[in-house]
Amino acid sequence: MTTTPGGRRRRNPSGARTGPPRWWTLLGGDRVAVCAAVVLTLVLLTALLGPLLIGDRAIRQDLDASLRPPSLDHGFFGLLGTDVLGRSVLARLIEAAGTTLSVAVPAVLCSLVVGSAVGMWAGYHGGRRESVAMRVADVILSFPSLLLAVVVLYVFEPSVANLVLILAIARVPIYLRTARAESAEIRSRLFVDAARTFGTRSGATIVRHILPIVLPTLLTVATLDFCFVMLTESSLSFLGIGIQPPEVSWGLMVAQGRQYLQTAWWIAVLPGVAIVMTTVSATILAAWARLATDPAQRWRLTLPRGRRRRPATTGEGTP
Amino acid sequence: MTDVSPPSDQPAPLLTATGLRKSFRVARNRTGNARLTALDGVDLRVERGRTLGLVGESGCGKSTLARVLLLLERPDEGTLRFDGIDPFTLRGRALRAWRRRVQMVFQDPFASLNARMTAAEIIAEPWRSHRDIAPEGARRDTRVRELLDLVGLRPGDAHRYPTEFSGGQRQRIGIARALALGPDLIVCDEPVSALDLSVQAQVLNLLADLQRELGVSYLFISHDLSVVRHVADRVSVMYLGRVVEHGPAEEVLDRPVHPYTSALVSSAPSLELTGDGRRRTVLQGEIPSPMDPPSGCRFRTRCPRATTVCAEAEPPPATRSGAPSGTGDHRGWCHHPLGPTPAPP
Amino acid sequence: MTPTTAPPARQPEPGAPPPALRVEGLTVDLTTPTGELRAVDGVGFSVHKGRTLALLGESGCGKSMTAQAVVGLLDPVARVTGGTAHVNGTEVLGLSRSQRARLAGPVLSIVFQDALTAMNPVRTVGAQLAEPFRIHRGLSRRAARERAVELMDGVGIPEPRARARSYPHQFSGGMRQRLLIAMAVALEPDVLIADEPTTALDVTVQAQVMELLADLQARQGMALVLITHDLAVVAEHADEVAVMYAGHVVETGPVTEVFTHPRHPYTRGLLDSVPERAAKGRPLHAVPGSPPELGSIPTGCVFQSRCPLAADVCAAERPRPRPTGPSRAAACHRSEELASD
Repeated sequence: MTTTPGGRRRRNPSGARTGPPRWWTLLGGDRVAVCAAVVLTLVLLTALLGPLLIGDRAIRQDLDASLRPPSLDHGFFGLLGTDVLGRSVLARLIEAAGTTLSVAVPAVLCSLVVGSAVGMWAGYHGGRRESVAMRVADVILSFPSLLLAVVVLYVFEPSVANLVLILAIARVPIYLRTARAESAEIRSRLFVDAARTFGTRSGATIVRHILPIVLPTLLTVATLDFCFVMLTESSLSFLGIGIQPPEVSWGLMVAQGRQYLQTAWWIAVLPGVAIVMTTVSATILAAWARLATDPAQRWRLTLPRGRRRRPATTGEGTP
Repeated sequence: MTDVSPPSDQPAPLLTATGLRKSFRVARNRTGNARLTALDGVDLRVERGRTLGLVGESGCGKSTLARVLLLLERPDEGTLRFDGIDPFTLRGRALRAWRRRVQMVFQDPFASLNARMTAAEIIAEPWRSHRDIAPEGARRDTRVRELLDLVGLRPGDAHRYPTEFSGGQRQRIGIARALALGPDLIVCDEPVSALDLSVQAQVLNLLADLQRELGVSYLFISHDLSVVRHVADRVSVMYLGRVVEHGPAEEVLDRPVHPYTSALVSSAPSLELTGDGRRRTVLQGEIPSPMDPPSGCRFRTRCPRATTVCAEAEPPPATRSGAPSGTGDHRGWCHHPLGPTPAPP
Repeated sequence: MTPTTAPPARQPEPGAPPPALRVEGLTVDLTTPTGELRAVDGVGFSVHKGRTLALLGESGCGKSMTAQAVVGLLDPVARVTGGTAHVNGTEVLGLSRSQRARLAGPVLSIVFQDALTAMNPVRTVGAQLAEPFRIHRGLSRRAARERAVELMDGVGIPEPRARARSYPHQFSGGMRQRLLIAMAVALEPDVLIADEPTTALDVTVQAQVMELLADLQARQGMALVLITHDLAVVAEHADEVAVMYAGHVVETGPVTEVFTHPRHPYTRGLLDSVPERAAKGRPLHAVPGSPPELGSIPTGCVFQSRCPLAADVCAAERPRPRPTGPSRAAACHRSEELASD
């Protein structure tokens, strides 16, 4: 997406030439984005490989070691303290990373794909198709999503798959509305008209002209939503219809640790920190990707960060 | 005016539009919905290999007309014949095949190109919807280079993005894209009005060269009379959704029949300096709302010659009174057509 | 960038009043990702009371930035790095923000191209037009409102009292431009800068707006700086012209003389590319190429790459503005050759 083959030389609006920008050179120039990428990679690796390293430590109870604060005295797994049953918080964080991501990522992806596809289609065509899609979105939005989840998960088995499905359905309208609004605006742009004049089909127009422009916005929404989905999952887990113990997720850990907040802050705060760091990193990376995928904006990534905010105007406002 | 012969001597025109009407429903504040009449019975003729200039101010319906000709809008009434075919009867494959015959060059060379595609991708985009005539494989790159060359760009420009080009170069890319499907008619919607003067001349010359080499016809929409005078063989003048005058370009612009044409010509600033400014009739007021057009003659609210009859009856076709013979089909729709005046300098 | 000097200030005839606006050696630099770029380089011109000077040039030539520098509305990435601008004998470039604010309106004023974005969409036009009177004249709300209505009447807005309660979007483009002009001339400035005032308008409305500007100028005796890319507007409405190219003034002089006998190849190229002057069916005389980007302005003459007369000296040395006739100047090594044509 961010590179094309060939030694292309691009000129930024000021007329200076830079070499062909590869995405890793662009990323390298942005220290904050690098940090975000590193954090996200670590979280992913932890989720994938972590369970192999910790064995059963996430569920092994040791009542003698109950509620130990974080310290260096109890080996690697004692670094972040223990919970009320004496289980290592670090081990549980690692174990929970996998569960959390396996709920949040598919849920966000499903709602993103479905919501954006329907939204772009509705926005591009307008008229009745748009009205129907928007009314459906309104109905979903007007339904308290937590209540919906509670009902469905009580009726059906509270499994990870059902949880993903419920969370995805509840979040579809967010993408649908964003995608519809943007694509309705882009539809009226000249190059979309141009595509119609040479007989491009609507599907191809959406994929070729609308998707690349809407996608960065949708990805930004998705990363923000990632946080929301993790927290919803935690409240469902707290109600006992989400992740079922002994399985553990970050949200569940926050929920379980809540009652010890005054005596053993680390049980609830540390998984909270994990959630925040993951979502913030995802947001930063999304903002970076937004610039990096736009040929007209990409050159800004070659600037020091503080200067990026304002495009340098070299010409004047005259046509 | 010896080069203008009556239409009967000429081969059948490439495009004829008769009585095109198009109105849109628009939301209004208090009175609910209203209808905006964009086209109100428009007749148009484009000859093969020639240029028809379409002149009018904003809101006169020329952009809607262009969209109808490109089949982006369907007229409420009226017929369109293109090379003997009514394109609105076509469906599916035949319709898509037809689309390649009319292409468009847009006014805004910035908004009409997708900034995320390279010049080569933009030029080749029309082929993606017309596989049957699309060049394959290496032929395709060659063809893109040919097109770039045809519009005066370098082969090395193929892999650059629109933001890396100047306005004039972008317009050349837009022209190359319009040429990719080998159209018979190119609708040029103010193709040079966003360009600088020195670049404007380059693009106008390019369009003229392409017409000579490829025999393509143009519908050239512009508000700039000096540009239209230079490029157009015939001119149609539009006001509030109607053609108020048409005829051979020099006839219409030098010896207008309709007071509106005359006012347009006289309002256009000119380089010809005559000391303290030329005598000009500056029109009072602005174009009335197309949602509530005046009765009878649309122009009567601003017309210096308007009388009561103008409000009561639709203006009849008129020729310039005492016009010399051989003026072809120069017509204006006016109750009080302008008479002969001393020949302009 | 070679240091350049201002074109020689035109010597006023003895006894003549000083120009209302005199700009000398104005230089504006831009901060961009690749370093400092010079957008306006040693620009100089002057306008007298009651006269109209056209600043003519293509997009990106620096004409709008020159105007913004003079009125102190430069974009934050741009800053004045040299030169002076005297309005009625007072240097304005070095003034503080608050000192400038006192000048804006009663002394120096500007009309923008885009009337819709230049007005506040959520306030009535009456309130916006009354604002200068309240700020600078300290009038009461009611009195200022009265003046606003008079002003609207003065720029030809029908039923001004009723229309004063309307919002900007309820006016047509031409009427909005009239309002903007009304706002600019409210305090009867000595110098009015009009930045492409008619570019967005239809031809018939354009003529009305230009007529209004000329009328106001005659009534108030302002010096008018008309920034435009339209040669015909210059020909019809300006007394003097300064032709700009790539941040430089390349030719100055009375319009009638500059347009009939251009002494800079760029001016001549522009005049030749006007369709009006070309024979029908024949190619237009286009100026080849396009203006240089700010980052790649050559040493020597800025126009050399597109110039039919370019010689070795043009690449080596940047031409200084030299007099080419009474009150005329051109920055060209070879302007004599144009004269002999």
